[in-house]
Amino acid sequence: MASTKRTTKRGRSNDAANSAPEKEKHVELDTEKLLSLYRKMVEIRLFEDAAQRGFRQGKIGGYLHLYVGQEAVATGMLESHQDGDRVITAYRDHAHALLLGATPREVMAELYGKGTGLVKGKGGSMHLFDVKNDLYGGYGIVGGHIPLGVGMAYAAAYQKEGSIVQLYLGDGAINNGAFHEAANLSGLWGKEGLNPCLFVLENNQYGMGTSVERATANTDLGSKFDAYGIEHEKVDGMDLVAVIECTRKATQRVRETNTPYAIEALTYRTVPHGAADFLEKYRTKEEVKKWRERDPIGLLEKRLTDAGVEDSTIEQIHEEKKEVVADAVKFAEESPEPDLSELTTDVYASEMKVADAG
Amino acid sequence: MPVKTYRDALRAAMADEMERDESVVLLGEDIGVYGGTHLVTNGLIDEFGPRRVIDTPISELGFTGAAIGMAMAGMKPVVEMMTWNFSFQAADQILQNAAKIRYFSGGQVHIPLVIRGPNGGGVQLSAQHTHSLEGFYGHFPGLKVVSPVTPEDVKGMMLAAIRDPDPVIFLEAGALYGTKGEVPDGDYTVEFGKARVAREGTDVTLIAYGRQVNMLLRVADELKKEGVQAEVIDLRSIRPFDTETIIESVKKTNRAVVVQEQWRWFSVGSEVAALVQEHAFDYLDAPVERVSGAEVPAPYARNLEVAAFPSEAKIQEAVQRVLYQESV
Amino acid sequence: MAEVIMPKMGDAMEEGTLLKWLKNPGDEVAEGDPIAEIETDKVTLEIEANEGGFLTNRLVEEGDTVPIGTAVATIGSQDEVGKTPDGAGVPAQEAPKAETEGQEEGAGEAAHAAGTDDDAVVPGATNGTAPAAAATPPATEAQEAPAPPERADGSRLRASPLVKRLAGEHNIDLSQVAGSGPGGRIIKADIAPYVSGEKQAPQAGAPAAQPQAPAQQPAAAPLEAAPGTAVEMSRMKQRTGERMAQSKREVPHFYVTTSVDMSASMEFRKQINASLEEGGGKVSVNDLVIKAAALALAEHPDVNRSYVNGELVQHETIDVNMAVAVEGGLIAPFIPQADQKSLGAISRIAKDIGRRAREGGLKPEEYQGGTFTISNLGMFDVDEFIAVINPPQAAILAVASVRETPVVRDGEIAIGHKMSITLAADHRALDGAEVAVFLQALKRYLENPMLLALS
Repeated sequence: MASTKRTTKRGRSNDAANSAPEKEKHVELDTEKLLSLYRKMVEIRLFEDAAQRGFRQGKIGGYLHLYVGQEAVATGMLESHQDGDRVITAYRDHAHALLLGATPREVMAELYGKGTGLVKGKGGSMHLFDVKNDLYGGYGIVGGHIPLGVGMAYAAAYQKEGSIVQLYLGDGAINNGAFHEAANLSGLWGKEGLNPCLFVLENNQYGMGTSVERATANTDLGSKFDAYGIEHEKVDGMDLVAVIECTRKATQRVRETNTPYAIEALTYRTVPHGAADFLEKYRTKEEVKKWRERDPIGLLEKRLTDAGVEDSTIEQIHEEKKEVVADAVKFAEESPEPDLSELTTDVYASEMKVADAG
Repeated sequence: MPVKTYRDALRAAMADEMERDESVVLLGEDIGVYGGTHLVTNGLIDEFGPRRVIDTPISELGFTGAAIGMAMAGMKPVVEMMTWNFSFQAADQILQNAAKIRYFSGGQVHIPLVIRGPNGGGVQLSAQHTHSLEGFYGHFPGLKVVSPVTPEDVKGMMLAAIRDPDPVIFLEAGALYGTKGEVPDGDYTVEFGKARVAREGTDVTLIAYGRQVNMLLRVADELKKEGVQAEVIDLRSIRPFDTETIIESVKKTNRAVVVQEQWRWFSVGSEVAALVQEHAFDYLDAPVERVSGAEVPAPYARNLEVAAFPSEAKIQEAVQRVLYQESV
Repeated sequence: MAEVIMPKMGDAMEEGTLLKWLKNPGDEVAEGDPIAEIETDKVTLEIEANEGGFLTNRLVEEGDTVPIGTAVATIGSQDEVGKTPDGAGVPAQEAPKAETEGQEEGAGEAAHAAGTDDDAVVPGATNGTAPAAAATPPATEAQEAPAPPERADGSRLRASPLVKRLAGEHNIDLSQVAGSGPGGRIIKADIAPYVSGEKQAPQAGAPAAQPQAPAQQPAAAPLEAAPGTAVEMSRMKQRTGERMAQSKREVPHFYVTTSVDMSASMEFRKQINASLEEGGGKVSVNDLVIKAAALALAEHPDVNRSYVNGELVQHETIDVNMAVAVEGGLIAPFIPQADQKSLGAISRIAKDIGRRAREGGLKPEEYQGGTFTISNLGMFDVDEFIAVINPPQAAILAVASVRETPVVRDGEIAIGHKMSITLAADHRALDGAEVAVFLQALKRYLENPMLLALS
């Protein structure tokens, strides 16, 4: 069971609350470090491109929400992730899974609905879980997962784990009742040192096709946290380095105080909301073009080449990752479908007779 | 055996398990300082402190969702719905998250969560505060739904619920908090999915759960005067469901009446009737009868409310029909 | 080819047994020729060719019991002899219509319903044996699909699932069982006596090979009986048994007994018989009782009633049944309008129907009906007895033996002739006082027999 594993994984946690938490120890943001993060971002981008193709070929069903354009946010945020810090997000979750340690093979296989998928073909794109790597989903109802993250943060503090929760939400969720009830609880419990929750508000400017301006009169989304006594700041979500630096500080603060904190990352998805909507209807080509100029991978690439990284190195990374993704697609395509016996498993943890259809 | 009220038996179960297991916490509106609207948690905050007896703001969605997160992270939260009527506010959390996460995570997590509170009506609370939600929650795979009626069962089933690795919808007979019964001391659990034969009989099987069981026992007393031996079955749990006990009984009596306060359509009674015809068709001497609540939002006026719910007279009429006796 | 069907000879008749073939395939038959002998629960009779031609096929074997309406033979041209008509094994489309006691409105329509209905399971089919009619009978060309089995009145058989299962297990022919549930549904209580063995089950489709065999399957043996050999019950006995059990179960009987001084009647009878020519039918005590009862009924029409489905039916004529012991059972033909008939006429009719009852030669219209029954065991030296009401009649009179007894007459002890009579009455139809008054009238007629001659 996940919880059993959890205890061993958080071996340090038991005395963490009794002594002051360790200072976060960060790797210096040198070129080598950035290059390794660049690799991940390229992998995510190429993975999403391949998923888009698979979707259009009809090999991927249901909904498919791509992270293209937002790679720097999760990559930068999860740079601060320590073992045991639970991560929970909504349905735009491929990047989070890949960054936390799931392989492109198992994620792609999940999108393809295969038994080798990350959740055995039972959840699909929106429900990626990888508990051994701290990913707690993967949720499809806007806002619905936010209270869960707050509860996990309570548990982390109550059980004196020393861990925190990274709770991702989009700008679309901020107007949802679930956010407000959960944020209120988080602020309230934080006062007692019972809520080490780092809210990551990924503001990509659109809740599906509705812009922030068309969704709320107070477009300063970060300020919504003020209502609940949760401090917050904004960060340029296209700039990996900015995200990393901001997150490192925030994470340390949350971990030390067991209180919540919020980061609003300003970002942009340069692809449709789902793999198949008409982005021209709700935004202009000019706007998309403007944001693409600030593409997080492009920005990082420039930083790297400015720092002396050879073009050939960049190209090599792309080639390498193309192969990784091609291998993932091949794996997904060749993997068997879930065994039909899986239909009725995992409904209950206890012994329960589960009826199948018919 | 000591005699306790339903309320005290319930509290004892929670308190005992909190003693034993630190991962058990309580959440809900006014359950701490106030002692609980129905005094079920009275005094527990003094014993276990505010971190474990958590007074929440009035935000069912928020604290129910948070409890699910706690459960996923290794705790065993017990959420009080002040009444189940408020659970619609939290329905997205209960139905879309608690019931399903285990499945769509491919079995990577489980949700050891209890949501408890008084269910059903009968005290003139009218439309928005009167619901019997067994069928509603029982519809969703991934949840367990139980409805104890005796003080002994409420303790044993609460202990079972807290220890259960899955989310349990614990529907209490709110009208019975003050009723007394023998309650064993110490640690015992009542297994879910095992119905209780509350009274043995040979002529007709009467099936219910929650407070309607007591009504059936009174009806059985009346029937006995007329020479009819009714068997009374207390389902105890709606999901899992004890088909076997019902079928065994119907095979013996050849007729069944199922009684519920909830609305008839798409209800537990409908399910019982379906199961009986599936598994005991060749044993039926009469169609299965359902006695249910009227298909109206619960009314306020006393006489209307009484008319909206099953009564002993209505149950007796149904029994007469399945016995092919002259009915009124 | 035309077919000859098992005819319905009375409203309670559901099926008949083909006792004996009188014609062979290939035999030429004229319209009206007897073709076979059949036995119903009441009577043995012949069925006749309904048109001329050649007997082309026999569709049932001797001993087979088939539902009414089932084709038992076909008649056609000489070259059709031996050819099997299409759609074998089906009761004829048109069941004879019920004359009385229609159970349900529109019941006849059901006969045309598709044969797929669950309700319409052929009796006996549930236990895996062939339906009763499956022995072969063909049907008219008009009917291609198997028809649902029909109740006597054309309605479909309704039985609870439990009853259908038990019927299969105990080989009970449900078409013979009256249903007391809603819409005539046969419920457990209706067949409980068969299941418990208290009563012999009406059996479905007895195999042709052993029509005369002892009951093939004792209908369960829940009550321990002393060891013995099963004795076959005649259909008549089965039917009588059912009716009597139903009567005792459903009819609230009460009994009033009185003692009649028969001295005058005995003297009166002696005189009449002496005046009759040699060989003329003598008047019996029974004849006197019939006449007296008829006159008493005319005086007290409230006894001349039936209790039917919660309603009292007043009969306009006084038709007095007399129970006749016959081989294999009991039958109660009646003397129509007995109050209007002379003693001599009554005597003649009684003798005739009694003889024919014993010979199995009664016509259905002679025993179906009647408004009041007399059961007389006087010839068997009985002190007194009580009889079971013959539903739906309101009462039955039990007549015991005439005995010589000392009687007090004008202050003197003399030898008198006493006869005990007991009226069993349906309390739903009659009360004690009404019965007592009726008995007083009856007694008056019997003790003053001149009144019998006068009317």
